[in-house]
Amino acid sequence: MSEIIRAIEKKTMAGRTIGYNPGDTVNVSFKIKEGEKERIQQFQGVVIQTRGSGLNATVTVRKSSGNIYVERIFPAYSPLIAEVKVLKRGRVRRAKLYYLRGLTGKATRIKEKK
Amino acid sequence: MQGMIGKKIGMTRVFNDTGRVIAVTVIKTGNIVEQIKTSEKDGYSSVQLGFDTIAEKKVNKPLLGHFKKNNSQPVKVLKEFKLDNKEEQLVPGKAVGVEAFEGVRFVDVAGTVKGRGFAGTIKKYHFQRGRESHGNTNVRERGSCGANSYPARVLPGLKMSGHWGDEQVTIKKLEVVALDKDAGLLYVKGAVPGRNQGIVYIKKNITK
Repeated sequence: MSEIIRAIEKKTMAGRTIGYNPGDTVNVSFKIKEGEKERIQQFQGVVIQTRGSGLNATVTVRKSSGNIYVERIFPAYSPLIAEVKVLKRGRVRRAKLYYLRGLTGKATRIKEKK
Repeated sequence: MQGMIGKKIGMTRVFNDTGRVIAVTVIKTGNIVEQIKTSEKDGYSSVQLGFDTIAEKKVNKPLLGHFKKNNSQPVKVLKEFKLDNKEEQLVPGKAVGVEAFEGVRFVDVAGTVKGRGFAGTIKKYHFQRGRESHGNTNVRERGSCGANSYPARVLPGLKMSGHWGDEQVTIKKLEVVALDKDAGLLYVKGAVPGRNQGIVYIKKNITK
């Protein structure tokens, strides 16, 4: 990658880093604009993948809503993300937790890191 | 002037005011005015711009004479552009920056696309391939070129395998996302032809 591109991305990222890993349970505060008003929407779930590097990184969070599972992909450095709170550090053995898609209920539990 | 010479730096993303992601190509520009052509002297008016200054010893003598005559600096790339209007004040030897694109919403960008060499029809035109088993021998070939008794010839313009790429391509009406005047960078929405570090010609889009 060119030095110029790296400098541009560094400037946009403004010192922010990704403080979570796949398997962690996080709470993402996402800003939503409705007309003039701006409100914050919470999205709480398990990080099932992080992909891309630098400014291009995205994170996929999976949560259960009722008995339907919802996945949402966030650009990791989006200015709309107000805060990402890590609620639980999970111990997992792979980087992409796609296997969770085939599981429901108690089977989706992830062991907590000691 | 209507355009400038630049160098494709690479692609990244920017977030706009609403937080949406836009894929952008970063182009480094900033040229030197090499020569002013006037209708009295040359029969038409335009400006010759230069990009990427180099040492004097790197240019051959005829070109060096051209640079000396116009009191400008030796450069790697030269290109002529039309003027916006006759009154435009440009001085040979003076630098012009990205400010030239201030207020411009769309640009056309021309670059030399990556060469693919001799490419088959599957790669070049996305033709389908044949099956490998059950006695088939036509796997990556293009198939029929036309009928036998009439027209009894291959129609012009038929898609066939051959050299692909390494030619100049212009992408029109690319949105200008941002200007970085300090660094001399132009952010253009979407992709631009050619490799990174390749030379591109940026023109103001006149259709709007």
